[in-house]
Amino acid sequence: MADKPKVAFYWCASCGGCEEAVVDLAEDVLGVLDAVDIVFWPVALDFKRKDVEAMPDGAIVAGFINGAVRTTEQEEMARLMRRKCKVVIAFGSCSHMGGIPGLANAVGRAEILKFNYEDGPCVVNPSKVHPAPEYEEGGHKVTLPVLHEGVRALDQVIDVDFYLPGCAPTPKLIKAAIGALLSGKLPPKGSVLAPETALCDECPRKETKPETMTITEFKRPHLAVIDPEKCLLAQGFACMGPATRAGCEALCPTGNMPCTGCFGPTGRVMDQGAKILSSLASNVEPKDEAGIAKALSGIPDPVGTFYRYGLAKSILRRRY
Amino acid sequence: MSEPFEPRIVAFFCNWCTYTAADLAGVSRLKYAPNARIVRVMCSGRIDPQFVLEAYASGADGVLIGGCHPNDCHYIEGNYKCLRRYDLLKRVIGTMGIDERRLRLEWISASEGDRVQKVMNEMAAELVPLGPLDLPGKQAAWDRELHGAEAVR
Repeated sequence: MADKPKVAFYWCASCGGCEEAVVDLAEDVLGVLDAVDIVFWPVALDFKRKDVEAMPDGAIVAGFINGAVRTTEQEEMARLMRRKCKVVIAFGSCSHMGGIPGLANAVGRAEILKFNYEDGPCVVNPSKVHPAPEYEEGGHKVTLPVLHEGVRALDQVIDVDFYLPGCAPTPKLIKAAIGALLSGKLPPKGSVLAPETALCDECPRKETKPETMTITEFKRPHLAVIDPEKCLLAQGFACMGPATRAGCEALCPTGNMPCTGCFGPTGRVMDQGAKILSSLASNVEPKDEAGIAKALSGIPDPVGTFYRYGLAKSILRRRY
Repeated sequence: MSEPFEPRIVAFFCNWCTYTAADLAGVSRLKYAPNARIVRVMCSGRIDPQFVLEAYASGADGVLIGGCHPNDCHYIEGNYKCLRRYDLLKRVIGTMGIDERRLRLEWISASEGDRVQKVMNEMAAELVPLGPLDLPGKQAAWDRELHGAEAVR
């Protein structure tokens, strides 16, 4: 009886949602478990890093890595997985583009450490101790991984074969990806395993999108009543739909919330945040500087809104 | 012996107005700071924010956008689109630590060759005290914190 193909999962700077997405396959997960041998999955199974190190290079058919790369340990593990896995799949927004952790790049390591270990409202740390890579007490030395200066997407550290976008990728997309892997019918290396069209195409509100979009103001989604039928942009909410890859079947607009862009851009775009900035800004109505500034003031945090998931992979990558 | 810093400016000029004005400045033999590399676009509305960000990421110290005066756009509304994008783009680069003086938008009509001279000189002078932006250098320095494959035992 032939050995089942080995797969592995690993998480870097991650929230665990992508792991949950695998479990979210529900009964379909049994089909997956039948077909493969999971040899490493820290959140669910008791295999250790040394088990992976002991395997020959390329012994694992597919490694699904979620989470952004933020520490020296995550960089090491990503490189280990790259050596041991034939195919590496960046699973979820964080490994695809840096994800929400990527927003740390708008701030900077020193400021983050200072806030969390000194200035934060709930912090009691009079001696201002910061985490240190090494600490010795009673003759024993303990170590901690070091925080990199900035957050990186997975392919800014190792060579990545495929990307499964989404925060988290939908069960449908995960099933399709695993199916493609096991059947050997994979798209060209470097492909994102989701359609090439923008989200507007999939959106149930598509018919209500006006031919000419003129936006007079931007409304914050939590401060206004959202009409469940009309195009969200037309209502004045900053929906990332026009600059976001389809594939999720417009889950958020269906749930009466604007798209936040978690699938990243389509293949023809380098910088998702720049494209949505261009699209939203050019559609406001005023023609004078003051009127324009007023209309656009409804977006108080352009970096956080437009680069919510993609800052690490943006053209600028981080604050300088 | 270090040379004085010469800012590198990428200028996106619209074909009908600003580019023609720059041409007029040349034909009129007006002398101005040679720091800008001019890219001709058909309309300032063609300028994708990605162009501006890519200019910085490729080593530009400043980006200058030149278009037709409001109400005079050859394509009617293109310059308004540019103006609207410029508002958000300035805010984004500011948040990302790039001094807002490194991005400048000017309306220069085809007959205003002297304005091209004035703006080029002004911008070059304004960027000198800011120093080089050098995003490629900064990104390369940042990427040196990665250990490389030898780190995995």
